[in-house]
Amino acid sequence: MIAEAGLALLWLAASLSLLQLVLGAAALRPGNEPLLRIVRPVAVAQGLLVGLSFLTLIWLFLRTDLSVKLVAANSHSLKPWLYKFAGAWGNHEGSMLLWVTVLAVAGAGVALFERRLRQDTLIATLAAQAAIGLGFYLYILIASNPFERLFPVPVEGNGLNPLLQDPGLAFHPPTLYFGYVGISIAFSFAVGALITRDVGPAFARAMRPWVLGAWIFLTLGITAGSYWAYYELGWGGWWFWDPVENASLMPWLAATALLHSVTVLATRAGLRAWTIMLAVVAFSMSMIGTFLVRSGILTSVHAFAVDPLRGAFILGLLAFYIGGALLLFGLRVRYVKEGSTFEIVSREASLVINNLFLSVILGLVFIGTLYPLVTQAMGREISVGPPYFNTAIGPIALALAAIMTIGPMLRWRRDQLRALAGRIAAPALLSAAVLLLVVILAPGTRWLPLLGLAFAPGVALASLAPLWGRNLRRTPLFICGMVVAHLGIAVALAGMAADSAFTQETLIAAHPGQTIEAGPFTIRFVGVEPVPGPNWTAIEAQLEARRGAGEPFLLTPQARLFDSPPTPTSETSIQTLWDGQLYVAIGDGDDQGRWQLRIWWKPFVTLIWAGGALVAIGGFLSLLGRLWRERRFKPEAQALPEPQEALA
Amino acid sequence: MKAKNQRLILLALAIVAVGIAALLAMSAMRDQASFFYAPADVARQGIPLDRAVRIGGMVRRNSLHRHPDGVTIDFLVGDETPSVIRVTYRGITPDLFREGSGVIAEGRFQPNGQFTATEILAKHDENYMPPELTRRGMHRTDHVG
Repeated sequence: MIAEAGLALLWLAASLSLLQLVLGAAALRPGNEPLLRIVRPVAVAQGLLVGLSFLTLIWLFLRTDLSVKLVAANSHSLKPWLYKFAGAWGNHEGSMLLWVTVLAVAGAGVALFERRLRQDTLIATLAAQAAIGLGFYLYILIASNPFERLFPVPVEGNGLNPLLQDPGLAFHPPTLYFGYVGISIAFSFAVGALITRDVGPAFARAMRPWVLGAWIFLTLGITAGSYWAYYELGWGGWWFWDPVENASLMPWLAATALLHSVTVLATRAGLRAWTIMLAVVAFSMSMIGTFLVRSGILTSVHAFAVDPLRGAFILGLLAFYIGGALLLFGLRVRYVKEGSTFEIVSREASLVINNLFLSVILGLVFIGTLYPLVTQAMGREISVGPPYFNTAIGPIALALAAIMTIGPMLRWRRDQLRALAGRIAAPALLSAAVLLLVVILAPGTRWLPLLGLAFAPGVALASLAPLWGRNLRRTPLFICGMVVAHLGIAVALAGMAADSAFTQETLIAAHPGQTIEAGPFTIRFVGVEPVPGPNWTAIEAQLEARRGAGEPFLLTPQARLFDSPPTPTSETSIQTLWDGQLYVAIGDGDDQGRWQLRIWWKPFVTLIWAGGALVAIGGFLSLLGRLWRERRFKPEAQALPEPQEALA
Repeated sequence: MKAKNQRLILLALAIVAVGIAALLAMSAMRDQASFFYAPADVARQGIPLDRAVRIGGMVRRNSLHRHPDGVTIDFLVGDETPSVIRVTYRGITPDLFREGSGVIAEGRFQPNGQFTATEILAKHDENYMPPELTRRGMHRTDHVG
């Protein structure tokens, strides 16, 4: 019965989304004003119903109700409860239900909390959000029903892909989806504002916190996903330019550009049409990503077994929404006023450059991700990997980091080049000094990591510049947020550069008892022993590592064999030290009693994720600062001119 | 400056940026994209020596040898034709790598026709078959090799 209840809730939510769309569209016609007040409650109810439907699915997974096809295919009664719980979205149907749940909950959030947007624009926004939801409800109900029953009921389920049986599964997908799908709000805002011709600073101020919120989740989700891949795959890498990773990076790049352009619109009434365009592009990238990941045209741990019909369905939805939004943009862009002007040396100009660079990077990722699919259709198999992405994107990303630090030092509208030169002298000198140092101490470092190492400290110093000479207690929180986020980029850059310049790798087949030298560490291979787990058995190697005369510590990489489905996986063992991580993976044993060990010493690699977390924390501070400020100045919120330095 | 002119300038900048991106992408792609070869392709077209490529097929049964250092292996990759490629790889193989199943390797050919892999791609489940091969009508069968 519970599965049927879940399905019924889903049908109800879908009908409400249709109602929300129709009512919203009708309410915008003159004479229908009374309808305006019904749309918000409908949006909230829709979010509630689909949320309940999703909870129903989680319940079915927790109880391991094997009469439900999805549970039988992807779960197992002897699995730890965390993976039963998270297993609800570790499959195609469940993840699509999570997708549409986030979409509806985000819409309900707007209906509940958005008070600044003009009412007609808000209603148009909710109608647009409902229109997106409707398509994906149809998809789930027609092509991907998670509540389908199975008869006869099997005695046991098939189990979850062991690679997914990791605490990361409980955190990474929901976080990523909140960002990935949450950015739909920006799309709907843009569509709403185009419909009611309401593109202006007040609209931008209303949209900004929603974009910021989605962006924070997206940043966290990508950072967490990167760390998960790093320790789970055991290949020592933290980013593989896999199409699935790119699918999450593309919306992030667009959302980052949007976050900066919306500030220009809010503060200086500039970049109007461009901001709207970016809002459309950001969520379009999310939908394209969903298509790439969920259609089955890619092979990866994210692409669950799917049939081609589903891919065609999602492609159809995608073409419809993106095409529709672009058409609306084309029809209405002439009603969008030109923004206020600015000089070449100004805050606005630096933000325009930021947007151009981010867009170019987005374009490069987009081409690199989709090009293989195009050539494949023409009958030539190619693959585009790290060499392409690093060569094409690395230099632009470095230039972007430099622009990032110059921007906040510039005044709005107009500034003096000479004044700027004075402000960037110290960071530039610092970078030059570090460059020299690395060239002398570590000759032969490749040029991209070398530049990264040199840029990072300068960028870090310069990103603190907006706080220089300020009374810290009176500095608005959103400025601190910006500083922390920019600092996070510098920290992550340092980590990436240090990892690629200084990583030391040792590959060896070792006997128990043997001593291995790996980078600055002396590692004694103590031995191997079998270890039982809840639903796996493993062979665990024990290694005692020490650096110089330091305290020894134990590393225990495992080769696991999961019971159901019977699958071997390897678990890395990672020791985090203040200046990096020692990372060990175990391979096969041989007939001479040796075991393959792959050991990496990765100096300062942790900075990559620490930087990602800082970026998200910066976003969060900035969001708090904005909301707090608006509460404080509520009555004059519309009239209040933003202060000169306002930038989040 | 008039607002309208500024908008035109920004538009022009955006177009230039897109153009630069396209040029960069094309040149990087020409140098860095790696083509896929099945053993039959190599037999037909000759050995591609000038760049990194991907090869794929089935690991032939009883062809896997481990070198004395314990971490280097070599094996034969075959397809439905009699052609094979000898692959050497130094590293830990993916968990599901074994004789008789599908594999994709990234790396370069040596002038003698051997392939030195820098990476062996993991397959994520038992039924996995490299899509490059399924699209060529090759199915997961144990009689190959």
